[in-house]
Amino acid sequence: MTAQTDSGGGLPPLLELSGVSKSFGGIAALKDVDMVLQAGEIHGLVGENGAGKSTTMKIIAGVYHDYDGEMRIDGTRVHFRSAREALAAGIGMVHQELSTIPDLTVAENVFLGHQPLTKMGTVDWARINKEAKRLIASLGLDIDPKTRMGSLPVGLQQLVELSRVLFSGARIIILDEPTSALSPPEVKRLFDVLRKIKADGRGIIFISHFLDDVLEISDTVTVFRNGKKVATEPAATLTKDAVISHMIGRGSIGMHMGESADLTGDDSKPVVLAAEAISDGKQLRDVSLKLRAGEITGVYGFMGCGQIELARALFGKTRIKHGRFLLNGSQKSFKSTAAARGEGIAFVPENRRMMLFRTEPVYKNVSIAILDRIHRLLLKPKSERAIAGTRAKDLQIRPPNPNMMLGSLSGGNQQKVALAKWLTHLPKVLILSEPTRGMDVGAKEDVIRIVKDLRDRGVAILVLSTEPETILTLADRVSVLRKGRVAKEFNSGTIHKADLLAAA
Amino acid sequence: MSMTDVQTTGRLKSFLKDQLRNIAPVFTLLALVIFFSVASSSFFSVVNFMNILSQISITAIIAVGLTYVILTAEIDLSVAAVANAVGITIAFFTLQPDYVNIANLPLPGIIAIVLTLLTALAFGLITAFGVTWIGIPSFIMTLAIMQIANGVSALLVRGQIAYSYPELITMLGSGSIFGIRWTIIVAIIFLGVGHLVLTYTRFGRYIYMTGGNREAAEYSGVNVKFIIGSVMVISAVCSGIAGMLAVAYFGSAQQNQFDSYLLDAIAAVVVGGTSLFGGRGGIGNTIIGLLVLGVLNNGLDHVQIDSFLKILIRGLILLSALIINVYAQRLKESE
Repeated sequence: MTAQTDSGGGLPPLLELSGVSKSFGGIAALKDVDMVLQAGEIHGLVGENGAGKSTTMKIIAGVYHDYDGEMRIDGTRVHFRSAREALAAGIGMVHQELSTIPDLTVAENVFLGHQPLTKMGTVDWARINKEAKRLIASLGLDIDPKTRMGSLPVGLQQLVELSRVLFSGARIIILDEPTSALSPPEVKRLFDVLRKIKADGRGIIFISHFLDDVLEISDTVTVFRNGKKVATEPAATLTKDAVISHMIGRGSIGMHMGESADLTGDDSKPVVLAAEAISDGKQLRDVSLKLRAGEITGVYGFMGCGQIELARALFGKTRIKHGRFLLNGSQKSFKSTAAARGEGIAFVPENRRMMLFRTEPVYKNVSIAILDRIHRLLLKPKSERAIAGTRAKDLQIRPPNPNMMLGSLSGGNQQKVALAKWLTHLPKVLILSEPTRGMDVGAKEDVIRIVKDLRDRGVAILVLSTEPETILTLADRVSVLRKGRVAKEFNSGTIHKADLLAAA
Repeated sequence: MSMTDVQTTGRLKSFLKDQLRNIAPVFTLLALVIFFSVASSSFFSVVNFMNILSQISITAIIAVGLTYVILTAEIDLSVAAVANAVGITIAFFTLQPDYVNIANLPLPGIIAIVLTLLTALAFGLITAFGVTWIGIPSFIMTLAIMQIANGVSALLVRGQIAYSYPELITMLGSGSIFGIRWTIIVAIIFLGVGHLVLTYTRFGRYIYMTGGNREAAEYSGVNVKFIIGSVMVISAVCSGIAGMLAVAYFGSAQQNQFDSYLLDAIAAVVVGGTSLFGGRGGIGNTIIGLLVLGVLNNGLDHVQIDSFLKILIRGLILLSALIINVYAQRLKESE
C-alpha cells in the first residue's frame, strides 16, 4: 500500500493496461480490461476458469499480439510481438508446470541459456556456481548450487525457477498458481521471498484459485468474470466471501443450472467401492472416499488438487503407497487397468484421446473393453457391430454408424463413444473425469442424462471435475479435494457454487 | 467436372490415402518383376520362382514374429542373433562327427529339439521381462539380448563349425517333399497361422489396438504389458525355429552366419508397409515385403551388375520404403 501512495505522486505505473480486448474467432475472451501494476506491489488476480486471467497474462507476456487496447510499461506504450520481446522488456513468468530441467544442477538451471563463458570460450563453472549461490542467498535461501534439480522438493524447485526469472532481469513477475503444489510451510517461505522481491521495487502479478493465499500476500486484488474486470480493491478491505461474490456475480445464485444443488446423499445405500486413507506418496494424502450404489459422488477441486491421480489409482493405472481399497467390503489391490476392469470398474479419463482410437472405426472403439465377453478367443465382428449399433442408438451418437472412423465424429459424440465402451455390461463403479468439459450444450445435456440414468440403474458413479457447475449438476454428494486431501464433504442440504469455491 | 465426378475423385483420393501403405509395395513388386523379366532371360521361370521362395523362407519365419513386435510399435533387434544362438544350440545337443572338436552334449533328437525350443523361449521371456517389468525400451533391451545371444553362440561353438542335427531338423531344413522344400512349407504355415491369429483372434485385436494407441488400450482395460511381453516371446520363438531350420538349410552351424537376417527381416516387414509406429499393417504386408526383397536379391544375380553395387541398391530400396512408410502414417493422421 505504501508503494502505491509513493508512486502515485507522478511516476507512471510499472505496468498499465487500458481498454484491452481480445477475441478468438469472433468470441470475446476479454472485454475492455483496465489494470494497473505499481512498482513494489503484489497484485492478486482471481476468477473462475475461463474468466480471462490467462488471456490477460498471455497478452502481457507477448504470447498473444493481436489484441485491441493499450499496454504501457513505465508510461511508455509497448506492443510485444513475441514472448522474447516481452522477456527483453523485463516481463518474467513462472508457470504452474515448472520448466526447470531436473537432470541439471541448480546453478545450471538458474543460468540456463545465459551461461557465462571464460576467455577460452568454455563454460565458466566457477562463476556460475558462485553467482547462483549469491542470487539464491539474496532470496534468503540456502541451497547448494551443485545439487541436482530433480532431487529438490517442488517448493524449492519453484524458487530456483523464480531466481532464474529474477536473474534474467525481470521487473514484472507473473506467478501462475504458485501455491497449488505447496505445503503450508512452503507457502510461507514463498511469501517471504515474494516480500523481498517486492521490496526491491519489482511488481508481482499473483494468479491463484487459492483465495486465502491471494488475500494474504496481495496488496491489491483484481477479480475477473466472463472476460471482464469486475473489481479492483485493496486486499486489506476484502474478505474471501466478498471475492467469491465478485467472481460468481451477485444475484445469480440458484438462478442457473449448476449454480446450486440439493444434495441427496443417502447413507442407507450400500457402499460399493471404498478408498480408505490412500496416499500415493506424491499428490494424494490420506484420501478416503465411499462410492455408493445408485449415487453420484462428485469430487471438486482446482487443477492439480489430486483428482487426476485419484482417478488413476482407483482404476489401477497407478499404485498407491498407503491405504487400501474395499470393493463390496473385501480388500482389493488393483495391479493393472485390466485387473480393475475385471472387477467391474470403468473409467473415462478427462482427455478423450487417452482412451479412443482415432483411426479405428467406432465399433472397435466400443468393443475393445468387452471382447472377452463376446468370445474368449475369437473375434466376432458381427456381434461387435451390432453391440456398437445398439449403444449408438441408446446414446444418440450421430451418425449412428458403427463403421464410421472415430476421428470423423464431433467431440461430443467421441465422448459418448468413450462412455459407450463401458455400458454393454453395466460396471459396478464408473469413474468419470471431467465428463462434460469442452462439449457443446446439446452433447452436454445428453451426457448428463446418460450418467443420471446409469445412476438410477444402480451404478456407483464418481465424477471428478474442476468445474463447479459440472459437480453441482450431477452430484448427489460432494467431496472437495485441496492439495491432495479431502478438505470438506457435503452430503445433504443445498449447496452453492460459493460453498465449493470457499472449501477448495 | 460434375458433382459426382468430384465426389468420386474425392473418395478415390481418400481410398488411395488410406491404402498407400498397401498399394505402394505391390507396385514395387510388380515393377521389379517386370524389370528383371525384361533385363534377364533366366529370371522369369518356375524354377527361379521356387528359388526365390526358398531363399526367403527362413527370413519369412523370423519376419512373422517381427511383424507382431512392430505392430505393437516395439522393435526386436535380437532376431538374427537369437536365430544364430538357437541354431548352434540344436547342434550342441547333437552328436557331431569326430573332426568337430566341440565339448558338446549329445542327446536323443526329440529331447534336443525340446531343450532348444526352451532356449528360444528363455530368450523371449528375458526380453519380455526387461521390456515390460523393468521398463527398458525394446530397442536397447533387444540390443543387449543380441549381444548375449552372440555370447551364447560363441561359447557353444568356440570358433568351430558343427554339421549334425536331429533327423527331423535335417529333413525340415534341407529336405523337400513333392519337389517343394520343407522350409517353404514351414514358412507358409507360420505366415498362415500368424495371419489368422492377428486377424481373427482377440489377442490379434489387442496387438493392433496396443500399437495404435497404447494409452487408450490401457485405459480400456487391456493388459498392455502382457501383450507386449507376448509378442517379444513370439518373436524369439519364431527366430529360434528359423535358426534351427537354417543351420540344416546352410549345412553348417557357426558364429555370425545370420548377420544379414536382421536387416532382411526388418526390411521385409517395413517394405511391406507395416507401420513403424504400430497399429497398421499385418502378415499380408510382410508377405509382399518378403517377395520384394526376394525378387530384388535374386534378380540382381540375374542381371549384369557390379556385385558391390547390390549392397547399395538394397539400402536405397529400404530407404524409399521407409519414406513411404512414414509418409503413409502422416497421411492417415492428417485425416
